[in-house]
Order: sequence, then structure tokens, then C-alpha cells
Amino acid sequence: MTQDISELKKIASQVRRDIVRMVHACQSGHPGGSLGCTDFLVALYFAIMKHDPKFNMEGKGEDLFFLSNGHISPVFYSVLAHAGYFDKAELATFRKINSRLQGHPTTHEGLPGVRIASGSLGQGMSVAIGAALAKKLNGDDRLVFSLHGDGELQEGQIWEAAMFAPHNKVDNLICTVDYNGQQIDGPTEMVLSLGDLKGKFEAFGWDVLEGDGNDMEKVVAVLQKAISHTGKGKPVVILLKTGMGYGVDFMMGSHKWHGVAPNDEQLNVALAQLEETLGDY
Amino acid sequence: MKKYTYTDKKDTRSGFGDGLLEAGKRNPEVVALCADLIGSLKMNDFIKAFPERFFQVGIAEANMIGIAAGLATSGKIPFTGTFANFSTGRVYDQIRQSVAYSDKNVKICASHAGLTLGEDGATHQILEDIGMMKMLPGMTVINPCDYNQTKAATIAIAEHHGPVYLRFGRPVVPIFTDPDQKFEIGKAWMVNEGADVSIFATGHLVWEAIQAGEILAEEGIDAEIINIHTIKPLDAEAVLKSVAKTGCVVTAEEHNRLGGLGDSIAQLLAVNNPTPQEFVAVNDSFGESGTPAQLMTKYGLDAVNIVKAVKKVIARKKQNA
Repeated sequence: MTQDISELKKIASQVRRDIVRMVHACQSGHPGGSLGCTDFLVALYFAIMKHDPKFNMEGKGEDLFFLSNGHISPVFYSVLAHAGYFDKAELATFRKINSRLQGHPTTHEGLPGVRIASGSLGQGMSVAIGAALAKKLNGDDRLVFSLHGDGELQEGQIWEAAMFAPHNKVDNLICTVDYNGQQIDGPTEMVLSLGDLKGKFEAFGWDVLEGDGNDMEKVVAVLQKAISHTGKGKPVVILLKTGMGYGVDFMMGSHKWHGVAPNDEQLNVALAQLEETLGDY
Repeated sequence: MKKYTYTDKKDTRSGFGDGLLEAGKRNPEVVALCADLIGSLKMNDFIKAFPERFFQVGIAEANMIGIAAGLATSGKIPFTGTFANFSTGRVYDQIRQSVAYSDKNVKICASHAGLTLGEDGATHQILEDIGMMKMLPGMTVINPCDYNQTKAATIAIAEHHGPVYLRFGRPVVPIFTDPDQKFEIGKAWMVNEGADVSIFATGHLVWEAIQAGEILAEEGIDAEIINIHTIKPLDAEAVLKSVAKTGCVVTAEEHNRLGGLGDSIAQLLAVNNPTPQEFVAVNDSFGESGTPAQLMTKYGLDAVNIVKAVKKVIARKKQNA
């Protein structure tokens, strides 16, 4: 655990290198959302959550994280590896045959750190609510975190869950929306507008926070603020503004790098922009 | 033919409700969820006994399955309750990804299965649920035959680690199994030993098979009747042993003939001991409104149709001989 912003930035830089190298190595995967959510996941695992890399599925006495938008598995795997859940060398097996690092995260191969399969969208908020209810039943005062894509909010199940959590005062839950405004077919405003997202969550009874998702200091600050808002009878949601592809100039701000791998030349251009801080896997 | 009688009739869903209460008493980790059908699922006694361990999710079945998966992640043993249609077809992908593929210890408990919910009609009469659930890797599929067996099965699945689909029904039906039975998942129950034909029946059709066995006995046909309450994992040993003796098979279920118990038995036999088989099941159609008895007759799911199927399959066996 560190609150040192420069330390967190160093980790984030290495994680971004891992992401582009992983998707390049298997010529598939989702770099855009992974790069955009890097600062959030690094902050969560290295500055915010109490968690034990000697992984235990139930996680009693620990903060738990559920990734609902499972396609950003590259950033999740890299962060888990750097946090000590498994050897960084295993990142080289991403999406390859006989790997624990499946295209989308799963518990099925026994990869430490993963508590639910995700990839088919819209399911993770319900799961996070269930885990939060279990913590309450167990008298466990730690928190449950989840991450969702903004396009993912088009799934109906999200709003079933969004209705349930405030009604049942699930106030040990912090959901974060990766609010990058992009999805596979284009900007969310073109595909299916999310409208007044803050107003929607507020109308459902959530405590809504907004933050800048690619400024490490601000990411840590909004997560700390969210924690201070727990235990007050409402679930908390952070609408975290991120840039898809953040950190690699030619991938930024467009939906085009949602699920495309860089070629050799693009890889070199990307890596030149990302400092190797902790050693490549 | 061994004599089966009954003094009382009850719905199998009441067996679930009473079993859930008992499971809740035995293990504090047992929790329950319902999607606005508490009365229909007979969950009131559990809720009264353990209000803090019950979650009303409203008419939001997908969310219910996800919450159950989350509860299971943290060591709880969640039982979800709604109608069979809304327990399976409506939430197939949630069960597939968040429960089955994620190896979660969730018990999906489904009432009003098959035709016998009656007048509500085909929107509520799912006949495809066994097929969908048995196709999921790691899923156990159970369809008990009366109140006592459903209660025992409910208690047993709480003690079994892994996802389970438990299917039961709405109508009151005879209680003819032992009230003190120990339910063994995956272990077929020998209802009646016989030599001429093997009748493998599940759910409400077990009682019909017993009625059929009595009619057949009067005509000199000695039917072996086996209750396959666990469709997956199938008790292959019991099936093969019986078929080796009788040489022909009738399967009976309140389900589409595609994807049900009959399919499972046929696949087992095709590989191990190809055998003439007849299917008493719904012939690839939807149901409709009517009383349970009218529907079971119209769709051919009664003792009379089991007798017909037995005679047909015995004739086929003789032809082959």
C-alpha cells in the first residue's frame, strides 16, 4: 500500500506497457478500455483496497473488487500480477492456449484474484451487491468495489441492480463507471445515449460522485471521498471520466482501439511513449 | 407389482418450502432470494424464521441470479426461487456466466415447471428447462416426484457443493415416497423390479408410471420402474443394469422430448447398449391453458400413454429378437 502518487504513476506506466505488449503478443484483446482504466485499477489495488494476494475466494475481512466489463482483462491481469497474485511472467500467456489468463476473466482456470467470470456484460453490479450483502450478514465492515463500462449501462440488468441497491441500503458498495463515452460501434451518444447519467443514478437513490480517471492524484482522491461516503444508507457510484486508450497518443479518444491489437510498428511507437519503470515481464 | 398407496396429496413446491426451512435451520449460511413469488414458492416459513437471510429482489430475475452468485462468492449458500420459466430461459446467460462458469454454489429452485401449472398457459409452462440446464457444464439437475422427495432433495442440495437446478411443480399430487428418505443426488430409486421393460420416469410422471405398472401387471407385463430424480449426473449404472435385463425402454417426463431425460438415456444407450426406446414427453410443442389433468391427457403424459408406449416398445424388442 502506498499513497505516494509518483510511485503509483510508475506502476501505471509499467501496467500500460504490459497492456500493449500483451495484446500485441496474441494479436487480439482490448487495449483501449484497459489503458483508460489503468490509473483507476492501480490506485484501487495499490492505494485504496485492503486485500491479500494470497488469494482466498471468500475474502472475509478484505475489500473485494469485481470487474464487470471483463474485456479490459489486460489491465486487470497486469495489476493483479504486479500486486503479487501471480507471477508477472504469466502475462505472456494471455489469450493463448492452456492459459489461466483467458480472453475474459474467469474463476474456471483458478487464476488468483478473479472472483467471477465476466465478459457477457451487465452482470457484475448484481454480483457485487451479493458480495456486499454477504459482508453485512457476516458483520464484515470492509467494502466491495466494482467497475463497469459506460456502454455496459445499456444492459437492462444494470438497472435492476441499480434499483435494488438503494432500496436495500447497500451502503458498503462503491461502483465505478468507466465514463469514456465510447463503445464498439462509436461514441455512446451516437449508439445509444446515456443521457443524464448522474441524474439517472441520483433518481434511483445513489450517492453519485464524479472524477477525473486519468489523473492519479484525483483518482486516489475520488476513491477516498467515495469511501467516506459509505455507511450512510446509500450505495456510492463514481462516474469516472477517462480517455479510451489513454497514454498512447494514436489510441486516444477513439472507439477504434476498443478491441484491436497494434502491429509491430505501432507497438514500438506505443512503447516509446510509456516508460519501463518496473521491468517488462 | 409392488403396491404403492397414498393417504395424502400435496404440491411438490410445498416440499421445497419445508425443505428450505429445514436446510436453513441446519446451516446458517443458507440464504434465500425470491423475485416477487414468495407465496407461490412456499418461502414464507423460511422468511419468518430467518428474515435477515432472505432477499426480496422484485420482478428482476437476472439481478437475482447475479446477487446469488455474489452471495455464494462470499461463502453463502443461496437458494433462488421463481417459476421454472423465469428461473432458466429468462436468465440463461446469467446462470451460464455468473453461476455455472464461475463455479458458484447457487441453488436455482424452480416451481411451476411443465404443463401442470395449468390455466396460465404456455407463457408460463416451460418444457425446455431440463435441456437448458443439463447442457451447462457442472450443473446438477434434479426433478423430484412428490412432496417427500422434494423436501429431502432440498435439504440434500444444501449439503452438496456446486450449482444445482431443482425443478418442481404447482399441482397437488399423491405422496408415496418415504417421509424419512435420505436423498442421494445422482442415485436412481428402484420403484419396482420387473423383467419385461424399463420405465425411467421423473417428476410428476413417476406416479403415472406406477399407475401404468399396475395396468400392465394385470395384462401380464412385468415392468421395471425406476425413478430418475437426478437427470444430471445420470445414474448410468442403474440404467444400464436395468436395460441389460429388460431389453427395452420407455422414458416418461413432463418436458419436451428434445433435451429431456429421454435424450440423456438415449445417448447413454446409443454408446453402451443400443436399445429400443419410446418417449412419453411433449412432442416439440408449446403448452396451452387448461386444467393440469386435461393438459396431461391432451399432451399424452399419463398412465394410459405410458402403457401404450410400453406395448409398442415390447413389440419392437420382439421384432428385433
